[in-house]
Amino acid sequence: MEKNIYAHIRNNPKFDELVTKRRRFALVLSAIVLVLFYGFIMQVAFFPEVIAMPIGSGKLTYGVMAGFSQFSFFLLLTWLYVRRANTEFDRLNEALIDDAVTGGQA
Amino acid sequence: MSIKSVITDSVKPLLGFSLLLLSPLALAADKPLNVPAISMFFIFVVMTLLITVWAARRTRTTSDFYTAGGGITGFQNGLAIAGDYMSAATLLGFTAMIYMSGIDAYIYMVAFFAGWPIILFLMAERLRNLGKFTFVDITSYRLNQRKIRTMAAISSLIVVCFYLVAQMVGAGQLIRLLFGLEYTLALFIVGGLMIIYVTFGGMVATTWVQIIKACLLLFGGTCVMLLAFSQFDFSYDKLISEASAVHSLGTRLVHPGSLLADPVTAISMGLGLMFGTAGLPHILMRFFTVSNAKEARKSVLYASVFIAYFFNVIAIMGVAAIVIVGQNSSFFEGGELGAALLGGSNMVAMHLAQAVGGNMLLGFLSAVAFATILAVVAGLALAGATAIAHDLYAEVYKRGDVTEAQELRVTKIATACLGVVAILLGMAFEHMNVAFMAALAFGVAASANFPVLILSMYWRNLTTRGAMAGGYGGLLSSVTMVVLSKSVWVDVFGFAEAIFPYTQPALFSMPVAFGLAYVVSMRDQSAAAERERAAFADQYVRGQTGYGAATA
Repeated sequence: MEKNIYAHIRNNPKFDELVTKRRRFALVLSAIVLVLFYGFIMQVAFFPEVIAMPIGSGKLTYGVMAGFSQFSFFLLLTWLYVRRANTEFDRLNEALIDDAVTGGQA
Repeated sequence: MSIKSVITDSVKPLLGFSLLLLSPLALAADKPLNVPAISMFFIFVVMTLLITVWAARRTRTTSDFYTAGGGITGFQNGLAIAGDYMSAATLLGFTAMIYMSGIDAYIYMVAFFAGWPIILFLMAERLRNLGKFTFVDITSYRLNQRKIRTMAAISSLIVVCFYLVAQMVGAGQLIRLLFGLEYTLALFIVGGLMIIYVTFGGMVATTWVQIIKACLLLFGGTCVMLLAFSQFDFSYDKLISEASAVHSLGTRLVHPGSLLADPVTAISMGLGLMFGTAGLPHILMRFFTVSNAKEARKSVLYASVFIAYFFNVIAIMGVAAIVIVGQNSSFFEGGELGAALLGGSNMVAMHLAQAVGGNMLLGFLSAVAFATILAVVAGLALAGATAIAHDLYAEVYKRGDVTEAQELRVTKIATACLGVVAILLGMAFEHMNVAFMAALAFGVAASANFPVLILSMYWRNLTTRGAMAGGYGGLLSSVTMVVLSKSVWVDVFGFAEAIFPYTQPALFSMPVAFGLAYVVSMRDQSAAAERERAAFADQYVRGQTGYGAATA
């Protein structure tokens, strides 16, 4: 029974749509996080003086701002992913399972 | 066991503890008893024990015990994950690191945080869709159950034990300082309460202990931060100028320094923290306590918000302490600025609480620190007990042929044993520097648990042989490198020079694990390997859609 349903889901073009869309979104977001984070770590390792550079006229420096920006920006990406996955992707997913369950019984 | 006997059994130790705390035997000779702190901690203990009594009534099946029956909401689980993730070392250690080395500690905290978005994007929904009680359910999904479960349970237990020792030793020392209780007594209180929470209340009680503790931690930290920051009129510029005016590093406070001295150290640390988080058994287990992938995603979002917020609170506390604590001679040995800090450098956050909020705030923050240790230890014990009872006993030893009652009994015995082991290890390591234990726990998690888990979810060609080679390879190489590093080879064994020159092994041991898993899987031509590859198709559909996922 379950195996039938899995085969049904696999053969549904909506499954490819869901998997492709979600994978692309997840990979792009992961790439952004990894590039920004390891880029920052590389800067710390190879150009420590850049990290200490002041930004603007106050006491704010590049490293502190970059760290704080990562906290905020990664949170924003997390929110974007959850919002899209919990609406668009989940709707697609439910339709897919409904199709397979009714199709599997018919 | 009847409900009535569960309740009376839960209440008895409570009375025992109250007597213990009031008894003059509890007094350590060299420290005054901290009455406000102990009373506030006592209130926490009473509350959590009442919750345990309530939770015990709701814990009837193995699913209730391991995953609270999947009935935790995304928001609750987010708080609980934050509670599990932020230990006393986060509150005390990071404040002290900022106080001493400035921006290096902030970079560390970014690394501690950056694993969370990756866990969400790449792992959260598949974890929930494929797993039941432990992450090992996923790695063994289409591979040889007994072999893979044995391996993954061993590396889970190693991670849990090292993490437990680090927590127990920290707990003993901290409680002695904060409460004036003896080291050994502190271990017995922590170990005893942990056994009560977990054996009677299972995941329901453990989750609520985490939630309460996370709220207390967020509240306590925020109070100290606001009071401290107000002394600088909430101005970042003012805070930084005054701090760099008095700190020995001066304006180099915002310049990366000794902690991240070279590129290899920095990158290995980043890898270890990021992927270690994604391989910690007690954290991964929390993904099975929610009802579906939707709630699992929400829990990561909430957890990330709390963690990111609290790390920034701690950063401000640390910098403010440079001025407020660092310039107050009453916090130094012999009342002399620049001498050793009273109680050691980890006490920065506590001194700051006293300086800005008096004895009441100090007492509150001390109680929070104690509660924090207790909650983290309970989460670890539950994860360890699950690995023993579910993976090793039920699935490997009994080949899945057990009744709920049998498995539950083994879980409770395993929890009690882990509690005793934790107390004994805590005593054994009392005078040792246990800093390496955390590096080891994260290193093993990143090198043994994470590679096999991620490959089993994503890579069709992974076979049992490949997973075994990768898992054991990562485990052995990471443990070996930590043993050969300065923190064990020199600091524990007393050799003159470390053989492995870095503290975090992840940069080297993760490629070993991935490489072995890849090469061995690709060369595996056995009939079993063919079946395992063929089984990926169905696993893939379930991982993507959640159809057939464990519901209870």
